Amino acid sequence: MEKLNTVSSIVTPLDRPNVDTDQIVPKQFLKLVQRTGFGEFLFYDWRFDQNGNQRKEFVLNDPKYSGSHILISGDNFGCGSSREHAAWAIKDYGFDVVIAPSFADIFYNNCFKNGILPISLAKDIVSELMKTVSVVKVDLSSQTIQYDSKSISFEIDQSRKKTLLEGLDDIAITLMHEVKISSFEKTRKI
Amino acid sequence: MNITEKILARASGKSKVAPGDIIFANVDKAMIHDVSGPGVIKVFEKLQKQGIPTEKLWDSSKVWVAEDHFVPSAEKISAENIVKLSKFTKQYGIQKHFKYGMGQYGICHTLSHEEAMVLPGEVYVGGDSHTNTTGALGAFACGLGHTDVAYVLLNGKIWFKVPETLYFKLNGKLPEHMMAKDLILKIIGDIGTEGAAYEAMQFGGSGISEMTVESRLTLCNMTTEAGAKNGIIEPDQKVFDYLGQRGATGYTPVHGDDDAQYAKVYEYEASELEPTIAKPFSPENIAVVRDIAGVELDKSYIGSCTGAKYEDLEAAAKILKGRQVRIRTEILPAAISIYKRAMENGLIKIFLDAGVTVGPPTCGACCGAHMGVLAKDEICISTTNRNFPGRMGHVESQTYLASPLVAAASAVTGKITDPRDL
Repeated sequence: MEKLNTVSSIVTPLDRPNVDTDQIVPKQFLKLVQRTGFGEFLFYDWRFDQNGNQRKEFVLNDPKYSGSHILISGDNFGCGSSREHAAWAIKDYGFDVVIAPSFADIFYNNCFKNGILPISLAKDIVSELMKTVSVVKVDLSSQTIQYDSKSISFEIDQSRKKTLLEGLDDIAITLMHEVKISSFEKTRKI
Repeated sequence: MNITEKILARASGKSKVAPGDIIFANVDKAMIHDVSGPGVIKVFEKLQKQGIPTEKLWDSSKVWVAEDHFVPSAEKISAENIVKLSKFTKQYGIQKHFKYGMGQYGICHTLSHEEAMVLPGEVYVGGDSHTNTTGALGAFACGLGHTDVAYVLLNGKIWFKVPETLYFKLNGKLPEHMMAKDLILKIIGDIGTEGAAYEAMQFGGSGISEMTVESRLTLCNMTTEAGAKNGIIEPDQKVFDYLGQRGATGYTPVHGDDDAQYAKVYEYEASELEPTIAKPFSPENIAVVRDIAGVELDKSYIGSCTGAKYEDLEAAAKILKGRQVRIRTEILPAAISIYKRAMENGLIKIFLDAGVTVGPPTCGACCGAHMGVLAKDEICISTTNRNFPGRMGHVESQTYLASPLVAAASAVTGKITDPRDL
C-alpha cells in the first residue's frame, strides 16, 4: 500500500448525509473484482444519466473539483452494504482523505485497508470546510488540518495512523508478528 | 456482563471485558458469498504477490460459502464468479458450499439459521453487512469487509472494540396484524440510521419471548440499518428447539449476568404499536401505514433475508388466499428448504392462484441485481431492508419497506394498505 502523510488539495463537497455504499458503487459493478479501475464507477448513478452522459449538476462533474484528493460529506458516510468496492472506488478515483461528521463502521474499517484516511470532525467544522474554496492541507503525522489560515486537529487511533503513514496493511503487519503471536498463544493460560 | 460482552470475553480468553476494550477474538464461523468471495480471493492474490503464504486456511471446516446475490447466474461475469468460488472451495477443502441447482441453497443469512450454521455463544463473521441477522440465535454476529474476512480465513481471529449495548424491551405480544418488521422499522425511525453506530442492539422483554425465532431474526437483520455492530437476543428454549430440529447439538449457550449493564434502555408497548412503513429513501423515514394508505404502487416484492423466511411467506399467504393481485407481485423464498415447505403446505399454489410470480431463492432485486429490478419512476413496496436511491433498480425508482402482511395487502389493492383494511 502507498504511504500517506500529507495531502493538499481543494475539497470536493458532497453535501448530503447518509451517503450509502449503494451510491458509492452501484450494484451492477459488484461483480467485478479487480481492485483498480473502480474509480470510473464511483457515484455512477449520480455522475451519469442512463445514456452515460455526465449529469452537469453533480459535484464530481464540475471541472473546478478535478484533481481534488479530499472528499467531504455529511453524517453516516458509507452506510449500507459492506462492499469493499466502495473504498476501492474512492481511492482509485483519486481521493485519499474523506471527511465527515461520522462514518459507518464497516466502511471506516475498509478505508484503512486501502490507504484512505477517514477523518471525523464536528458538524460545524465540516460545514465550514465544505464552503472552503482554497487549498486544504491535511497532515496525518501532526493530526492537523490547515485551511483559510486556521489550523484544527483531529483524532485517530495511533496504530491505524501508523498503518497509513508506513503504507502497511493489517494482514501484512500481523503476519510479520506471526512467530511472536504463536509463542504467546502457547504460553498463555486461558 | 451482558451477553455480547460475555461472548467476546470467552472468545478472547478473558474473564472480563468492558465496552471500549480492544480484544482479539477467536472466530467460530466465517462466511463468504458470490460478491465477497471473489473479493477475498483478490485479497489472497495480493498477499501472494507480497510473499505472504495463503496455501492453508485456519480451519476449512469452519468456513462456509453461499451463492446468493447474482444467482442463478445473472450474466457472464456472475457465472464466472460462481466458477471462481467453486474452485476456491475445492482448493481449500471447504465442504459447506451451498450451490444453486444442487439441493439446498439460498440467501446466506437464511442458511445461517435454516442449516444451523451458527450456534448460540459463537463468534460469527461474514462478508456481508446483514451478517448481524444470526445474532438472534444468541451469537455475536457481524459483517466485515473483504480484507478483514481474508484475514479471518487465514488466522481464525480478528480484533473488535467491545461495543456498548442498547437494550430494546418489548412489553406484551405483538397483535395479529403486526410483525417483527413493523417493530424494527419503528425502532430505526426512532433512533435513526446511525442511532446504534458501533453499538450492540439487544432485544428482550415479554414480547420477544413470545416471538418465534424467525421473527427475532427479522429484528436482528435490520440492526444493520441503524448502524449497529451486532444485533443479539438471549437464547431460550425456542432457539434450542429450533436448532435441535436442524440437528445442532453440543454447543454451550451464553447468557448475560443478572447485573448486566446497558448504555441505554428503550421500552415499547406492543399494544401501542401500529403497522409501520419506511418511505423512500431511507429506512429511518418511517410512517404509520394507515397515515399514508392509498399511495399508488407498481409492484410488490416479497423476498430477501429480511422478508422471505417461512413465516413471512405464511403471512403473505394468509392475505393472498382466494384473492388476486392488482400489481406485479413477486415472491422469492429465501432458501430451497423454505420453498419446499411452502410447496408442501400449499402456499405456492395460493401465490400462483393469486397471480404472483414465484422465483428462486436469490438476493435478486433486493440489491438491484436481477429478477425484477425497478424501472425509472416505478414505485415498489418491498419486504426487504434498504430503500436508498437506486437500491432496487433505477436511481429514480422508489421503494417502500414494509412487513410481508402489508406488502401482500398492498399487492391486492395496488395501493399502500393496512392489512386490517382489506
